[in-house]
Amino acid sequence: MDAAELPGAAMVIAATISIVSLRKVAASVVDPEIPVLTIDDLGILRSVELDQGRVIVTITPTYSGCPAIGQIEDDIVTAFEKVGVEDVEVETVRFPAWSTDWISEDGHRKLSEFGTAPPVPEPDVLCPRCDASAPKLIARFGSTACKALMVCSSCGEPFDYFKQF
Amino acid sequence: MTNQITSTAPQGTSPADAGDRITTLLAHADDNMVLAQRLGELISNTAELEIDIALGNKALDHLGVARALYTHAGSTEGEGRTEDDLAMFRTERDYTNLLLVEQPNGDFAHTMVLQLFFDAYQMELWKDLSGSPDLTLGGIAAKALKEATYHLRFSSGWVIRLGDGTEESHHRVQDGVDALWRYTSEMFEGAAEKYRSAWTTSIEAAFVDANLEIPSDPYQRTGGRGGFHTEHLGFLLAEMQWMQRSYPGLQW
Repeated sequence: MDAAELPGAAMVIAATISIVSLRKVAASVVDPEIPVLTIDDLGILRSVELDQGRVIVTITPTYSGCPAIGQIEDDIVTAFEKVGVEDVEVETVRFPAWSTDWISEDGHRKLSEFGTAPPVPEPDVLCPRCDASAPKLIARFGSTACKALMVCSSCGEPFDYFKQF
Repeated sequence: MTNQITSTAPQGTSPADAGDRITTLLAHADDNMVLAQRLGELISNTAELEIDIALGNKALDHLGVARALYTHAGSTEGEGRTEDDLAMFRTERDYTNLLLVEQPNGDFAHTMVLQLFFDAYQMELWKDLSGSPDLTLGGIAAKALKEATYHLRFSSGWVIRLGDGTEESHHRVQDGVDALWRYTSEMFEGAAEKYRSAWTTSIEAAFVDANLEIPSDPYQRTGGRGGFHTEHLGFLLAEMQWMQRSYPGLQW
């Protein structure tokens, strides 16, 4: 269910929305750097809890210096505001550390369709455009901290590879 | 909105233990903060776009680690000091980073040698701390270890390529080693002695591939962990802190 479809969005108060609906609101927030993935696909949404009318959303950053984390926090608060929930707290928890293993299967598929090779071990990376194996690594650090830059040895297209961590 | 780092520090420790833990957290935070600032100076100033992006990313990793450690140190201390207070309002004498990370970037070969020495040290440090009973520190270390693995591949790859490259690149990278070797023993002071042997093995292996020599001069400089720095740190902090000191509390 889309956040906007929540019943009586404007008048509901946090206490009357079920945890499942609250989780859906938080889970609808997308990563600003990889807009095809939601924070749920990425596995950084750890929990959504209700504490005396206050919604507490817990997230774990992907990388230590992930510059998107502040934006994600703002986007979570905004997503709740849109359904009339104002009392929201976003907590960052660093234990256990996030790993690319937390990215869902759906997330892997979406990444591939987006043109980014999903996080598999480096020797197993396939070109997201033509599925050819053994691409060449151009730069270990790519367009964002979590990606490396590769080029396909078959079709010649350069592409981002989500590094396996 | 508040953004809190949940504290998972072990309960029931004495104030003295807490003091030691804060000292250690700040030392590692300062190392990463100062190196992030140094690497930040290179953004848009390196010879190739890929190197520029790589070093910018590396700076960001170090900054992220520093922020997490400062926040954790602040919450362990419990006196309300934030990551910004700890990074921006402590003086040169308060900073306890290693002398190595405050050294100027020099040429590219010099920069890579500095990264190699520090990355190899952080590999051992984070491996050790990822098993910390302080779960927040353990989480920070486990994440930083993965990042350090990438950093070390990058810096050792370049040191080997330059050392085993042309006469000019070899000569420059050996100059970097000769200039920076004196700041390496400091990494293993006190309890950190346990990281020395793995570090040495890792550096020696890279030096064999790079045809580099460990300097014969045994002279070593220390003092950073006690707040006694080389002349370079004051200038670095002045540039980094002036905005917060001129406009306290200023935010984006």
